[in-house]
Amino acid sequence: MERDARVCVIGEDVGHYGGSYKVTKDLANKYGDLRVLDTPIAENSFTGMAIGAAMTGLRPIIEGMNMGFLLLAFNQISNNCGMLHYTSGGQFTIPVVIRGPGGVGRQLGAEHSQRLESYFQSIPGIQMVACSTPYNAKGLMKAAIRSENPVILFEHVLLYNLKERIPDEEYVLNLEEAEMVRPGEHITILTYSRMRYHVMQAAKTLVNKGYDPEVIDIRSLKPFDLHTIGNSVKKTHRVLIVEECMRTGGIGASLTTAINENFHDYLDAPVVCLSSQDVPTPYAGTLEEWTVVQPTQIVTAVEQLCH
Amino acid sequence: MTAAATKIIQPLPLNFTNTTARSPDKALFHPLKTTPSSSFPASTHKLRLTKPNSTLARRRSTAVFAVSDVVQEKKPKSNTFHPNLLITKEEGLELYEDMILGRSFEDMCAQMYYRGKMFGFVHLYNGQEAVSTGFIKLLKNEDCIVSTYRDHVHALSKGVPARAVMSELFGKTTGCCRGQGGSMHMFSKEHNVLGGFAFIGEGIPVATGAAFTSKYRREVLKEGDCDHVTLAFFGDGTCNNGQFFECLNMAALWKLPIVFVVENNLWAIGMSHLRATSDPEIWKKGPAFGMPGVHVDGMDVLKVREVAKEAISRARRGEGPTLVECETYRFRGHSLADPDELRDPSEKAHYAARDPITALKKYMVENNLASEAELKAIEKKIDEVVEEAVEFADSSPHPGRSQLLENVFADPRGFGIGPDGKYRCEDPKFTEGTAHV
Repeated sequence: MERDARVCVIGEDVGHYGGSYKVTKDLANKYGDLRVLDTPIAENSFTGMAIGAAMTGLRPIIEGMNMGFLLLAFNQISNNCGMLHYTSGGQFTIPVVIRGPGGVGRQLGAEHSQRLESYFQSIPGIQMVACSTPYNAKGLMKAAIRSENPVILFEHVLLYNLKERIPDEEYVLNLEEAEMVRPGEHITILTYSRMRYHVMQAAKTLVNKGYDPEVIDIRSLKPFDLHTIGNSVKKTHRVLIVEECMRTGGIGASLTTAINENFHDYLDAPVVCLSSQDVPTPYAGTLEEWTVVQPTQIVTAVEQLCH
Repeated sequence: MTAAATKIIQPLPLNFTNTTARSPDKALFHPLKTTPSSSFPASTHKLRLTKPNSTLARRRSTAVFAVSDVVQEKKPKSNTFHPNLLITKEEGLELYEDMILGRSFEDMCAQMYYRGKMFGFVHLYNGQEAVSTGFIKLLKNEDCIVSTYRDHVHALSKGVPARAVMSELFGKTTGCCRGQGGSMHMFSKEHNVLGGFAFIGEGIPVATGAAFTSKYRREVLKEGDCDHVTLAFFGDGTCNNGQFFECLNMAALWKLPIVFVVENNLWAIGMSHLRATSDPEIWKKGPAFGMPGVHVDGMDVLKVREVAKEAISRARRGEGPTLVECETYRFRGHSLADPDELRDPSEKAHYAARDPITALKKYMVENNLASEAELKAIEKKIDEVVEEAVEFADSSPHPGRSQLLENVFADPRGFGIGPDGKYRCEDPKFTEGTAHV
């Protein structure tokens, strides 16, 4: 925001409250109420407003207080955010960033525990990235703000407390690139967002059992980084996808297809996809646990795939 | 054509519970409602105009919900004393030409559609020209407009060349949107036409955003002279939609430089405004949100223009938004595919008699602003412009395969990195349009 005065934040409670997860804390004090705009509760309209502002020269960051609320803005996100550059014949750009906390939390109930990446992925004209560490959150956020394309940045409700040492110097990550988390030889595990931590936890167990998994955080949910992914598949010949998204029509489904189409010759086994259950996230702790993929399931899947 | 009589009603103070801002002894006259009956207004039969001419004639003289102080002093006394007229000769000719352009263009669209040159959904503006001309001709180039699917004439009034719009309708690459938008998505960065939207209501937030940018530029970017105004055009059906209300709230809350122009033509495809709306007087919804609500005769370009002047200067001065309800009518069906069976012929005849073009012509001739010959010359000139637009569109090329993926992303790196490590957009096949993602 300091670098470019056209960058502004629009959302509910982003200003005086500092954001529902304090992502925008103190920004309103520094930049004023118009640059960090507290909106009324009107997602569809303030998202459209940000799009209109983007068309006329600003670079807004739209916050969904919970990503789930952005369902109310689906009209604007699908029709205007994704389409206007195309239907205007390239005349108008929509350099917005749509971000917010999403994913399954701790007993927040079904509506606050939504996994929206699958809903938005088919919209032509938008890019989707998911951050998972403080380091890549900062780098991807900067890249998203500087991008001329509309970008949806998925943050996760349970990852805000992570602490990490990050460089003082400025750095910007590539929106379209995946991140190699742990190189390995036996199997490629593709994941993103919070499931990365479940995978890494499973990886510890797997290493003890003698396996050598390669873990890649795909980060870019749309488009997929087929170079990093492809190189891995060519090396290990086995793929496991671990995602928090629902099974039906999820990111994993699209990724499975992409891998089959592009790297079929390199696979020794069918691609396995572990997704969360196709249920509205239950409130009860036990049920919620069974909704998302747990490390033990990952270990079992790897063992099955590697034999 | 009487003097335009339109007052901007100030928002009511918060403790004011009564809904009327007019003299309390005048009953709210609504010519389109029959006697207040307890029957459920689901039957259009009951809602038809019973006495079209007399009721609406009465409406014109009594139902002045808004009166402009500026205009009240300008009542034309005699024909020959020009300063008392609402327009100069130059302005009159400009308005006339713009309305003729709108009408001729739309008529040509109908012809071209039935000849198979234009496809899909085409929504024509015939009859509503006074609103477009009355408002848009007051704007600067930097001001923005946002419209709906009935947007050809808004684009034309704002300055988009007729040939670019016609080409777009034919789906050719020389169209204002390279043929990718079509009838319902007219955009022009050069003329600040922000669309062209197919879903009703979805353009209003975009307009609100453009107004937000104007305020942002003035207050954050310190461009002190930025006083750009945005106009949002939409219909009566839209006024029951959530986005309309959400944007009225935000625009008034932040005093955005926007004018919400309702083109109330009484029909949303086949749904009569009265069957869809609990309180059909849309202008009243403005004060509920803290902005003036104005009702104006949308078949009279001079009245519209006077109201527009006030609303636009209000916005420019930083005083915030205005809601203007223009009572207007579309002479044709909702779209070229609409059989238009539900509207009463007497209603249509009533409004046909109030054709805005005929009315302006009469005004100019009677007040000696122009001769019939001058006006005829304009009509002929416009005929040529429209003919030329058709020829241009006809002879323009269709888009090639390579155009398919070009404008999906402003930054084509959004198509991602391919298996070979290169960005897909760097692949030569991509420009041929054969790459798949």
